[in-house]
Amino acid sequence: MSADDGDTGAARPAGHPDDADLIEAIVEHAEADSHADASGTGTTGRPAEATPALSGASVSYLPVATRRYGSVDAEVDDARRSDVDEWGRSERMRSVVRRLYDPMYKYWFRVEWDGLEKIPTEGGALLIANHAGAIPSDAPAIMHGIETELGRPVYGLADYFFRTIPMVGTLWSRTGGVPAHPDNAYRLLHDHQQLAMVFPEGTKATSKTYSDRYRLRRFGRGGFVEIAMRAGVPVIPIAVVGAEESMPILFRLPRVAKALNLPYFPVTVNSLLLGPLGYVTYLPSKFKLRVLDPVTFDVEPGLERYSRSRVMDEAEKIRATMQDALHDMLRERRSVWFG
Amino acid sequence: MAQALEAKPDVEMILGLGTKEPKVPLERTEFVRSDQKYSILSRIVRATQVDTIVHTFLETNSSAVSSRALHEINVIGTLNLLAAAGAAGASVRKVIVKSSTHVYGAAEQDPTWFREEDTRTGPVRTRLERSLLEVESLVRDFAEDNPHLAVTVLRFANVLGTDIITPISFNLRKRVLPCIAGFDPLVQFVEEDDVVRALEFVTANRVPGVFNVAGEGKLPWSEVASIGGAHLLPLPPVRPRLFATPLERVGAIRFPPELEGLVRFGRGVDTSKLCRAGFEFRYSSAGTVRSFARANNLRRATGGSDEEYRYEQDVEQFFRHSPTVVRGVDT
Repeated sequence: MSADDGDTGAARPAGHPDDADLIEAIVEHAEADSHADASGTGTTGRPAEATPALSGASVSYLPVATRRYGSVDAEVDDARRSDVDEWGRSERMRSVVRRLYDPMYKYWFRVEWDGLEKIPTEGGALLIANHAGAIPSDAPAIMHGIETELGRPVYGLADYFFRTIPMVGTLWSRTGGVPAHPDNAYRLLHDHQQLAMVFPEGTKATSKTYSDRYRLRRFGRGGFVEIAMRAGVPVIPIAVVGAEESMPILFRLPRVAKALNLPYFPVTVNSLLLGPLGYVTYLPSKFKLRVLDPVTFDVEPGLERYSRSRVMDEAEKIRATMQDALHDMLRERRSVWFG
Repeated sequence: MAQALEAKPDVEMILGLGTKEPKVPLERTEFVRSDQKYSILSRIVRATQVDTIVHTFLETNSSAVSSRALHEINVIGTLNLLAAAGAAGASVRKVIVKSSTHVYGAAEQDPTWFREEDTRTGPVRTRLERSLLEVESLVRDFAEDNPHLAVTVLRFANVLGTDIITPISFNLRKRVLPCIAGFDPLVQFVEEDDVVRALEFVTANRVPGVFNVAGEGKLPWSEVASIGGAHLLPLPPVRPRLFATPLERVGAIRFPPELEGLVRFGRGVDTSKLCRAGFEFRYSSAGTVRSFARANNLRRATGGSDEEYRYEQDVEQFFRHSPTVVRGVDT
């Protein structure tokens, strides 16, 4: 193969015990190795798979232990300083927020659940709900309710727009917010078997004016159905009544929104009553949440694509069920403030 | 890298090529000095009949070199390397390219984990990313044109280790870590040792394709500072460079443009493809930072840098070729 082969053999000093052992070890290694020895280089104990050398170059072996690489085998210390998980959620932060939010949940919105037992205590599930309020008040209520009642975390999938705002983005992420990306949703539901919450209407719902209250917008492109199909998890619809009245939008100012680089800029009842403070204060409407029957899809999970018509049909069916449930709940409601 | 390969007995010969002399003692690596563009490479490949080329020379730190040099090193260097490897009659069977996860960029629309086949979501903003993307597209074309070669691209996350100086390790050594006020993104690291092991792994096995290489898990930027014993230096969310540049000029921090996106939105890559191929990581992301912090503490306590090995051509030649040197004794 190359002129070098005999050379190294000659370079081995005879009768040097340590070295002889070493060479033997190498021969053993080479024999054990499946690549070993195809073209007669075996006499030197060096397998043929290796690179042919520069002719005339000779090579000396040194005991492996003297090499710096591999000799330092320090214990790997993986200990963390914070409890922030790979999605950015921190249970410690979450519990602080829960403590702060609890009075709001109990005494301001007086949240009442119906059918909470339909949410599984283990395994992945995709929670979907109707969305409302200029700065949505439904997401924290749903997350808080499930975390306190069922004791399991909920990851809220939302527009990545949040990430671009200093402080808000970080806080959102630490309290369980995850950018809504199909890949993220699949990982949460399938790989991690978590509860993920999504609002299929998106900002179309939160930007609608009070006159359109409780009228469900288009459910995106049905992406949530496709993800649930792929992940093989049920979709659990939640109908929320009360959020619409907690921060009703009278009209929007598109020019201001554009200037501030926001998706929409609402003028709300709250802001008329309280000025700028109105954007952080909700009206004390009574919240009622009804968990509807989980929807499962009889399809093979893990596929790249699903029939578009099937996906759209399922999304539309879920939307219709939720709209019916909302109408039903509104029929029973006697007062916006007292339920 | 060469040291690691030397430890493997089934590797017959290693040929090092670089612009600088090696800083560590190498026992059986032949070293050739070259220019940044690898222009002599095709001659070397022809003369030595190598079967594997490991291209580790890509610059992934734009604060270290000028933009012109960055282009010369990354794009032109790779071009020459691939030309040499693909030349008619070349014996090369395997080409390994060390790239970086910087090719994914960092933007708000990013998925939490990038897979190898995902493309970046934001526009290319920095020179470094542009040059790395160009390199990767050259490599992709090369792999398509030469289906008989195993072309492996490894995309490494930010590397930390005692032997490598990156902007982040520089900052951690200075105990000041720049961040953007109000942002605390999740980041990943890969230990130097795992970098070498990954390169070694793909050299020893035939695994064509693109692979992400990063320690397990992610940790917030603030935790990197706290584990590393550094103070966070908040820069304003609007135009942070305006404030970072003067500090960079006086040598207090390093804040290259590619770091800006990272400390705003973070980045995560999915390494399951490499793990499925059979590679095992030794360090997690947090473990990487922790081990770096410990080494840093030691460096501080003993107050100096490690003694530097000086490559002396004549001495090396003597040890390697003189018949009077007794082989097998620790030289």
